[in-house]
Amino acid sequence: MSTQPVVSLRGVTKSFGAGGVTALQSIDLDVLAGEFVSLIGPSGCGKSTLLRVVGDLVDATSGEVVVNGKSARQARRDGDYGIVFQDAVLYDWRTVAKNIALPLELLGWGKARREKRVEELLGLVELQGFGGLHPWQLSGGMQQRVSIARALSFSPALLLMDEPFGALDEMTRERLNGELLRIWEMSGSTVIFVTHSISEAVFLSTRVVVMSRRPGRIAALVDIDLPQPRNADTREEPHFFELVTEVRDRLREGGLNEESTAPGEGELVGEGTP
Amino acid sequence: MPAAVVFFAAIVFWEGAVRIFDIQDFLLPAPSDIVSTLRSDWEPLWSAAFFTFREAVAGFVLGCSAGFLVAAAIARFRLLRSAVMPYAIAAGAVPIIAFAPITNNWFGVTGMSSKIAIAAILCFFPMLVNTMKGLTSVPTSSIELMRSYAASELTIFRRVRLPSSLPYVFSGLKVCTVLAMIGAIVGDYFGGAPGALGVQIRRWVGIFAFDQAWAGIVLASALGILFYGSVAVAERLVMGWHPSVRGAGAE
Repeated sequence: MSTQPVVSLRGVTKSFGAGGVTALQSIDLDVLAGEFVSLIGPSGCGKSTLLRVVGDLVDATSGEVVVNGKSARQARRDGDYGIVFQDAVLYDWRTVAKNIALPLELLGWGKARREKRVEELLGLVELQGFGGLHPWQLSGGMQQRVSIARALSFSPALLLMDEPFGALDEMTRERLNGELLRIWEMSGSTVIFVTHSISEAVFLSTRVVVMSRRPGRIAALVDIDLPQPRNADTREEPHFFELVTEVRDRLREGGLNEESTAPGEGELVGEGTP
Repeated sequence: MPAAVVFFAAIVFWEGAVRIFDIQDFLLPAPSDIVSTLRSDWEPLWSAAFFTFREAVAGFVLGCSAGFLVAAAIARFRLLRSAVMPYAIAAGAVPIIAFAPITNNWFGVTGMSSKIAIAAILCFFPMLVNTMKGLTSVPTSSIELMRSYAASELTIFRRVRLPSSLPYVFSGLKVCTVLAMIGAIVGDYFGGAPGALGVQIRRWVGIFAFDQAWAGIVLASALGILFYGSVAVAERLVMGWHPSVRGAGAE
């Protein structure tokens, strides 16, 4: 694990409209190579916006975004990003295999090379034999695995994930959490992961970035020193609960005044809350 | 299958009603009379119907391609879109068929081109609106995903916007098959080539040849259904992947 920052944010501010809402205010953050960093915060804290700023899908109003030593735009042009959204964003007119191969087609890979890579990826996300199906024939969890395979297909330096398991049920989510960690260890990529589940953030991350409510600011950084590799037992360890409590406390400090008006926000949302 | 039962029941009811209540020929001829007229006068009926069908298809092709191309051209430009779309949508509420006598003046009464023109104009606006809807109602995340791969606008159009617009495009095309037939036949009613179906139907009505008029209408309906059906088949072939098509196939 090197210590060279893959993402470096300096004074990143984003406001929408002329003199409108400030979504992000003076964000400073370094993400090192091989890190798994989660962004957590109440709804509307700008965590998704921050992810989009890093991925050059949204322009920062001011501040500097450096990815792999270059501008975010250049990084996007160079194909440094693999993105996974909350919905799998699979194209219905393509089979599973062709969805995974889409970025490779755009990169101009030959057919044989693409097919070989797709087979590898289907194995990685444990969907061997599903390549010929259409996305709508798969369950939500399987669709999201296809989406992850697609994001990994061209081995991007940086994986950006925007609540990828937010729409899934708790059991599927926990299983995919485990799979994601395994994939992360195997691929060695750097991950920025947006979530509003505290336990998910603690379980997955090497570091949790706690954001405060609008205007979005970094309220705290919590290092997650749980040993790797993590598995279902990790969730039972006392230290896991200590870290969950710490993140929750930091969230409370960050969004204290509004938490009472939005029950569930900042708590273990998605874990029993409908 | 239930649909076929309804069809035959309706025919039997029609035949029975005409015979039992002795309905006059000029009000409603019996299906059996219409069928026998179709048999005996097939040659003139078919040539008239096929003539008008060709007008409809030509108008359909012209109007739909124009509608599609204009939509594709302006879909990318929000300003242009917001300038044009209200009128395109409003045009849907305008009885464009009322212009048929005018296109006769513009393109000549006896030729095909005036009928092709009115059919094309009828097809143009629904096609424009449907295509535009299809091209612009792509989820943001679909587009963002392509952007993250540094895909160009053209690539995004070809790989995402176009395929995801297909359900809208085909529903536009299906509506337009009907509109094109209406345009061509009603266009003929305001005057057209002597061999055109609309002209013939008016003439038959004028000389009290009602079974021939009805036979012409039945033939036009059959061609209209065939036209619609072939677009529906094309839709299935092109969009075999689409859940709605699969779902419909399973029923």
